[in-house]
Order: sequence, then structure tokens, then C-alpha cells
Amino acid sequence: MRKLGVFICHCGVNIAGTVDVKSVAEKMAGTEDIAHSTDYIYMCSEPGQQIIREAVREKKLGGVVVACCSPNMHENTFRKAVKSQGLNPYLCEIANIREQCSWVHQKDKGEATRKAEEIIRATLEKVRRNESLEAIAVAIDRKVLVVGGGIAGITASLDLVEGGYKVILLERESALGGHMAQLSRTFPDFDPAFSGILSKASEVEKHPRIDLHCYSELEEAKGYVGNFELVIRKKATSVDGRKCTGCGLCVENCPVEYISEFERGMGLRKAMDTYYASSIPNKPAIDREHCRYFSDGSCHRCEEVCPEKAVDLKQEDGRIEEKVGAIVVATGYDLYPKEQLGEYGYGQIPDVIDGLAFERMLSPSGPTKGKILRPSDGKVPKEMVFIQCVASRDPDRYMPYCSRVCCMYTAKHAAIYKEQVPDGQPYIFYMDIRSDCKGYEEFLQKTVEEKGLLYLRGRVSRVFQDDGRVRVLGVDTLTGKMVEVAADMVVLATAMVPSRGVKDLAAKLRATVDRHGFLTEAHIKLYPVESSTKGIYLAGCGQSPKDISDTVSQASATASKIQALLSADKLLQDPLIAFVDEGICSGCGICVEICPYEAREMESRRGVSIVHSALCQGCGACIASCPNNACELRNGSSGQVLRMVDTFVA
Amino acid sequence: METVTGAGKVNFSFLEEVRKRSGENLGLCYQCLKCTAGCPTAPYMDIRPNNVVRMIQMGMKKEVLESSAIWLCVYCQTCGTRCPNEIHIGILMDALREMAMEEGIPAKEKNIHLFHEAFIQSVRRGGRAHEVTMLMDYVLRSKDMMADSLIPGVKLFLKGKFPLFPSFVKGKQEIKRIFEKCSKEK
Repeated sequence: MRKLGVFICHCGVNIAGTVDVKSVAEKMAGTEDIAHSTDYIYMCSEPGQQIIREAVREKKLGGVVVACCSPNMHENTFRKAVKSQGLNPYLCEIANIREQCSWVHQKDKGEATRKAEEIIRATLEKVRRNESLEAIAVAIDRKVLVVGGGIAGITASLDLVEGGYKVILLERESALGGHMAQLSRTFPDFDPAFSGILSKASEVEKHPRIDLHCYSELEEAKGYVGNFELVIRKKATSVDGRKCTGCGLCVENCPVEYISEFERGMGLRKAMDTYYASSIPNKPAIDREHCRYFSDGSCHRCEEVCPEKAVDLKQEDGRIEEKVGAIVVATGYDLYPKEQLGEYGYGQIPDVIDGLAFERMLSPSGPTKGKILRPSDGKVPKEMVFIQCVASRDPDRYMPYCSRVCCMYTAKHAAIYKEQVPDGQPYIFYMDIRSDCKGYEEFLQKTVEEKGLLYLRGRVSRVFQDDGRVRVLGVDTLTGKMVEVAADMVVLATAMVPSRGVKDLAAKLRATVDRHGFLTEAHIKLYPVESSTKGIYLAGCGQSPKDISDTVSQASATASKIQALLSADKLLQDPLIAFVDEGICSGCGICVEICPYEAREMESRRGVSIVHSALCQGCGACIASCPNNACELRNGSSGQVLRMVDTFVA
Repeated sequence: METVTGAGKVNFSFLEEVRKRSGENLGLCYQCLKCTAGCPTAPYMDIRPNNVVRMIQMGMKKEVLESSAIWLCVYCQTCGTRCPNEIHIGILMDALREMAMEEGIPAKEKNIHLFHEAFIQSVRRGGRAHEVTMLMDYVLRSKDMMADSLIPGVKLFLKGKFPLFPSFVKGKQEIKRIFEKCSKEK
């Protein structure tokens, strides 16, 4: 018979204030196989752990129950403590008498004490039948997949290759840069964004350890942390990247023009074109939806003019298989779709544009070469209205969250506008001003002081066209007066939403998203860059709206987390997983169907179901569904659970 | 519908005028309300000090110059001392009173300009205000017997807060020159 030890923690007054810990410790000592029962003010403290270590050593304990807080807090602490004395860590269990007892029964000390006793007795039943287990060691693939070639993906990739690892970088568009390539200058220092992102992108393009796949998407992902198996689809660009020199003749000669998404609807692009001018990589691609060759076969201009014979109209999508150890999801954001913003006239009134469109206007490489001109007639706007919180912080109709960047970029927009049009007047409608990062508040006050912006506190009720101007109706809540501005142009700071296709990608990776489609982190404070699915990491606006500084910080954090993961020789995994009694298994296959982690498989030769130990997360679905009770969970067997229940109902 | 932006735009000329006259950078105000929170006369004002600033930003000249607030400010400087953006509302109120007088807008509070006048004259005489002669001057000018101020007045007198005879500053000549210079500049 194993000799057991019981250690009851006071947790200051958290437990001892409600549970009579002394009497519980005394009662436990009366049971025959309990060789040691004691209480202490803080078991997790160094002296507390020392009590456990000494008892294990001196009384030669074969099992330990620590009655304290949730196992999420200190299970690891106490398992390490017993392991240091040669006891198998899986013979140490936590009886949670804080969250599940003292905290919820503060008004009834007698009953709380009785319940604490029962919880400890039940946990003792479990420990009596626990097996000694060893962590499962799994090999690791030391490559990383980064999905998204914006500033988040680029930063994570560069950090990872600097650490010596290999990176596969996927970008959906034909060039790197993401939204940052669309921006003009950034707050709070008015730094040019385009040259900043291009210098990083060219580092990526040249780096020998980065395998860059533009115009590509992740088609399939299987496996688990350390061992993901991927299928990447390289969409046909119709241009042979090895032959193409980026001379641009094909683009010049392409006869098809359509509205450019990159220019936010204010410029044109060709069917054969680069993603943006002087893009990295600077190779064009054919958009087959718009190309005449692909609609009716009538045009071969690009093929004819290419001096390198690089145009390949017959090119097919490529399929690449890769293996990686970790995946970074850096999929970024889109702005809220304009079709759904009727009250602001967005989509109907040409002089109402969104923040990214205004960025394109301010950008020297943009459709107006950096000049602020009304889209409707090309005139310089003299009365300019900026509206913040469009579709953000509107839980009933749009998005409940704050998009976090709009306050600052609107101040920047208004300041740049005032620089360019000194006799113009910017008005900014806002609800609150949020300027919570380094230098932001100072930036904001400085722009107000120097540029004479007028902030109007209140939401706009209506935007409509009247006599060639855009009338903006609102209220200044600080004076309580109605305000109507006859504006020449309106810029909407629309909400950031997850970029399209993120839900599908998350499903492929078995990562979770919140109700808006942002990827969820394992813990908002303690594990903010990890997804709850092991081996999947997050960076940038795919997780939540954030500015460039925060995105870069998160991407670097992600990269260093992954480097820590990949630096181990083997990955150690919890052995508390399912196992099969092959003598009982009838090979019905129900478990294979039901397993959410693809950890169960039929072994056809023997006709039984097996468990892939690296994939199994110990969720118990197969155990509950097995008609023959052939599946069991390590250290959580049906026998153990029934005996625990017995102690409660006895 | 009545808006503050009749012509479809805010009238910034009033803000500009006030900024020039007072030297205060009113654009910096972010409406933290520290000024109003500490103002001893704000509870009696028709527009609170923070709102005075806001209404100037919004070009509401008529409402501001016709308000009682600009006359009730006692220039104690609590607002200006505490303002995070260094806006001195006392100085601002002075400028607004001047502007109201120039525009011929009567003070909303009865006799208040006479009180100000009595105060200034008292300072002109001795270089500092002497309450007893100043109040006598005010009573004569206004025919206001200040009945409701009688009891607090007596209490203050008994505590020795109202000296019977005025004391004069040393630099009477300088005071004279200041007054001359100010009236010339006008």
C-alpha cells in the first residue's frame, strides 16, 4: 500500500478564513494510509514547498495531495517539488479547495469545511490508483510558417531567421507590404511608411533562409505543434518569376484597366500589373478575372511584348508540401465594408472616403501624387470633416470594440491636411480621444496647438449631398448646440475588421476566433501571442486592432516565443491522454470519427483503434463514446472517477 | 433647425479676436473642467468657465459677451493656476469684459460694472484696494444699500478685516503712470 501525504494550504485567509484547515488536517491524519497530514499558511512559498519535499523524503511517500488553489495555478509547482525528491510527478494531485470551496461558501464555514474534506478524500482516491507516467517526447521540425506578408509577418520572419531558423512566408497578394505599403506617413513622428516597409520587405526578399511565396495561400494543414504538415497553393501568376526581369513592358501594353483595390477605388490598375508601383517582389501577375485572354482568348499582348518570354498564359496553380514546427498567423485587417454605412453616405457620395483612401491620397506614389483633391471634381477641399468611431464602439449595429488607431491617424490626417491647405479648416467629430501610447498625447496636443483643428464632441447623425457640397449634421455636446458643416470632403475613420478569409484559415489550423473573427489568444494577459492551439502563434491585427508599434512588438514577441519552442531537442507533452485496451476494442471506429484532433486511427492489420500520442489532447471524447469501454484516460480512468464520485455520495 | 454653424461653417473670427486680445491659446482646451471645478463663483454663473472657452471656440460671440459669467469672475486665478494647458481664464474674462464694453453690451448683472469701477478707482487712489472707501464709492454710484451684505460686512469689520483708514503703496507715482499708460493705449 502507498503511503500518502496531505498538505493543506491556508492561502492566507483565502482558504483558512472559511475552511477550518486545522481540523481537516487532523481528520485526514486518521486515515490508515495517510503517513503525513499538515497545514501551512502558503504551501506554494519556498518554506511550504520545503515541508512537502521533506515529508516525501523522510516518510517515503508514494503519493501526494495538495489542497489549495486551482491546478492551473500551482500544479506544476508542486509536481516539480515532489519530482525533486524522486517521486513521479503524476503521483501528485491538487484538491481545489479555494475556487471550488472556500471562495464560493464564505457564508457557511461548517459546510465549507465538510466539503473541503470531501474534495480531499476524493482526490486521495484518485491518487491511490494513479500510475507513474513519463512525459511524451516528440521530435520538432525547425521551420516556421508565417502567414501574411505585412509588417507583422515581415517582422516575425526577420526575427526568426536572425535566430537561425528557416521561415516559409506566405502572402496572398503578389507583393509584400500589406496595408503599411498603402500608408503615407505614420504617427507620432510623421515617418514615411512606404520606404520603411520597403526596406524591410527587400530584406525578406533577399534573405537566404526565407522561402517567400507570394500570390499563395495555405490550402491544408495537418499535424500538431513541432510537426505540422502543410499544403501551399501557389496561385498561377501567369509570369515565370525566374525569367521576369520586372521591366514593365507587359504592364504598359496591357489594354485592360479596372479600379484598383490597392488605391482604394481612386486609381486604376491593369489586368497584368504589379500589386503597387515598385513593389517587392517587383514581378507582375495576371488577374485572370479581368484578363481578356482568360475571358475570351482575344488578347496576347503581354506574351507578345515580353522580351524574356516570361509570360506563361498556360501556367497552372502550384502545390507545395512543407513541414514546419510552428505557425505564425499574421493575417491583418480590412476596413469595415462601405456598403453597410448608409448614414454616412459612404459609397454614394464620391467625396466621402475612408481613412485608407485618404492615406493613398496623401501618399506620393498614390493616385493624386500626394495632393489632397476631392474625388468628384479634383478641387482642393477648404472645409474638411473627419469622423471618428465610424462603425467602431457601436455594439448594437456595428462593432463593439475600439479600433485603436483612428484617433491618432485622424489627428495626423488633419495635421497633414492643414500643412497642405493652410487656409482650409479641419473639423473632427469624435466621442473620446484615445492617445495611450508613448508620445501620442503629446503628438495630439501639438497638432491641436499648431494646426488649429476643431474637435467636435459628438457622433454625426447624417451626411448628405447638397449643392455640390457634403453636409454633415451633428451636435457639439460640449455646448449642446446642433452643428451643420458644409464640407468639401469627408474622411471616415471606419472600424478595423479581420481580413477576409481568416475564419477559413483558422478552421484549417484548428485555431479559434472570437465572434468578430479576430483570432483568440490563449490568455489575454499571460499568453497574448499564443493561440489556444499549441504551435499556432499570433501577430498583428488578426488578433485585435493595433497600430504599427504594437504590431511590431507583438511580432517580435511571437518570434522569440517560437525560438524558445524550437530551441529544445524534443518537445515534451503531457502523458495524460487516452489509451486503448486492445483486448476489448472491437474496431468499430466510432472514436476515429469523434476525435476532434485526428489523434485516433484504425490499425487495419490488427483491426483495433490506436492513439497518436502526440496528437491526443486528453479531451475524453473517445472515452465517452466507446461502446465497449475499451478506451480509458491515463490517471483519469472510469474506475478512478467512480471512486471519487463514491466519496461524495457516500 | 437652429445650429451654431449658420453658414455651414464655424465662425473662427471671434476665437481669433479673443486669442489676440487675451494672449491665451484657447485651442488647447480639452475640457477637463478643472477651471470650473475650482471656481468660487462658477455656481452663480449662467455659463461655466469651461463652457465660456468652448463657446468662444464655436464662435458664439453674442452668447458669451452677453453672459453674466464674464462679469462674475473675481480674478482669483484659481483656474489659471490649475489649468493643465496654461490657459488663464481670469485674463480671458478681462478681455471679454473689455470687448463687451466696447460693443456697448450692458453687463447682465445689475450694477456690476459700477462695482468694477469703484474697485479700479480705489486702486488708482492708493495703489491697492481699500474696502471701506471702495464700498462707500460703490454705494454712492449705485444707490444700492447692499442690505443682504450688511451682516457679513459687520462680521468682517469686527474681525478686523476692514481697516478704517486706507494704507497706500510706496510707488504712488508708478501707479499713476500705469493708469495713464492704460488709458492712453485705449
